[in-house]
Amino acid sequence: MAIVEIRDLQKTYAGGFEALKPLTLDIEEGEILALLGPNGAGKTTLISALCGLVSPTGGSATIGGHDVVDDYRAARRLIGLVPQEIALDQFSKVIDAVRFTRGLFGLPRDEARIEAILKDLSLWDKRDARIVTLSGGMKRRVLIAKALSHEPRVLFLDEPTAGVDVELRRDMWEIVAKLKEDGVTIILTTHYIEEAEAIADRVGVIDKGQLLLVEDKDALMSRMGSKELHISLRTAITEVPEVLAKYALELSDGGQLLVYSYDTQGEATGITALLADLAKAGLKMTDLQTKQSSLEEIFVSLVGESAA
Amino acid sequence: MNWQAVWSIYVFEMTRFFRTFVQSLISPVISTSLYFVVFGTAIGSRIQQVDGISYAAFIVPGLIMLSVMTQSLSNASFGIYFPKFMGTTYELLSAPVNFVEIVLGYVGAAATKALFIGLVILATSALFVDVQIAHPLAMLAFLVLTCLSFSLFGFIIGIWAGNFEQLQLIPLLVVTPLVFLGGAFYSISMLPPIWQSISFFNPVVYLISGFRWSFYGAADVPVGLSLFAIACFTAICLVIIGLIFKTGYKLKP
Repeated sequence: MAIVEIRDLQKTYAGGFEALKPLTLDIEEGEILALLGPNGAGKTTLISALCGLVSPTGGSATIGGHDVVDDYRAARRLIGLVPQEIALDQFSKVIDAVRFTRGLFGLPRDEARIEAILKDLSLWDKRDARIVTLSGGMKRRVLIAKALSHEPRVLFLDEPTAGVDVELRRDMWEIVAKLKEDGVTIILTTHYIEEAEAIADRVGVIDKGQLLLVEDKDALMSRMGSKELHISLRTAITEVPEVLAKYALELSDGGQLLVYSYDTQGEATGITALLADLAKAGLKMTDLQTKQSSLEEIFVSLVGESAA
Repeated sequence: MNWQAVWSIYVFEMTRFFRTFVQSLISPVISTSLYFVVFGTAIGSRIQQVDGISYAAFIVPGLIMLSVMTQSLSNASFGIYFPKFMGTTYELLSAPVNFVEIVLGYVGAAATKALFIGLVILATSALFVDVQIAHPLAMLAFLVLTCLSFSLFGFIIGIWAGNFEQLQLIPLLVVTPLVFLGGAFYSISMLPPIWQSISFFNPVVYLISGFRWSFYGAADVPVGLSLFAIACFTAICLVIIGLIFKTGYKLKP
């Protein structure tokens, strides 16, 4: 059984805005699912509806088999939420803020546990500092520490690395990887494709309140991926020879590089024929290289299709 | 019930109170002392007695009520407005807590602070005048009920308020006049008949009257009526808070 089961979940605001069209999705225990989409796509609305920040207007969802509305206590006990905005009581101490969340989730005090979390997040030295004195990156760590304080099974990270520096982003990814090792299911939203590509097991693409697709990341990339063959030439040419016209080659790098685009899913890639024809045309190659298109390109083409 | 959550909210709120402990206490103590200087000594010396009690002593229950009501309102409204302002309500909404637990935590802490301040003012008053308490238990009960009901009212204001101005609006425009016109500094019987009749529509009259009865055994309205009035006020606040959480008003779209 999937740890998160979403069935036709829907959110229409009072003004008639459909933030979330009926959406169905299963999230397996222990996986990292990245929800990709442009700003305003409905990613945060989906998370908010699951976590209790927004009342769904249709459909249902369960977490660990508990309905998020009817059995909200049991469902929410399993959830940790790291919001997009830095929302903290600026005047409280780091450790008090973390203790507070643990208590709010109904768990008894456990100083050893809190010490471990703060140490993992490099916050232990700052435990008695007022939150207002911390840097932006540190505050984000406090938000994560709070979300982990009650040992959640499912962690929602809403844009965890929006506006953070490269170093902290790497740290964040390490934290996520460590949580995955502990068996925590992670759902993160992002509009950084790089992030989804780096850490996700599966990728879901949301746009205009609809889930356009959800697929295993590697499968998605190979299915959607068109590839390019880069052929470096010994001597520069000024134009593509007539005999190679049918391959729609692009000439670049001052006439020393030929770029051939092909579809890995096609019946024939045409590579063998191309290489033979290159020899016929008398061109000498110095290097061959293939390039996979990135998730970003896949994403742009998907969202572009949905807009059309 | 998630008592752990109630306790966590309560402790968190009380920590905030103790962080500003000195400010929290000094201002009510100073303002009370000022009231005693102005009303008790300067004006009071020209007023002989009210209901057989010296004027300075007569105003003690009213002064305590004035502070307790305004403190309850500002503590409770600020207590819940602040998380809204900071955006930290996400945590309350995503935690396994229901509205009763949230209200118990926030209102309990706000009422505790107000009660504490009320007792400090009572102690301060004892320095200026000879305070007699005829019915100590009833006095404490009235004090606690007032703290609770006005904290509930403050909680509603805090949820409703969209900015800091609105947070001040109701206490300033509605509550302060009601308290001043509620017989804090005079007996209703001293008013002309028409104003006496109007005063009976002011809920604060019942609170102050009942509270003063617990000190001196004399009241403008029957004590039972005072208790009934405060019970009604509490019930109305509870119903409104119930509706707020049921509809998610200003908290949960």
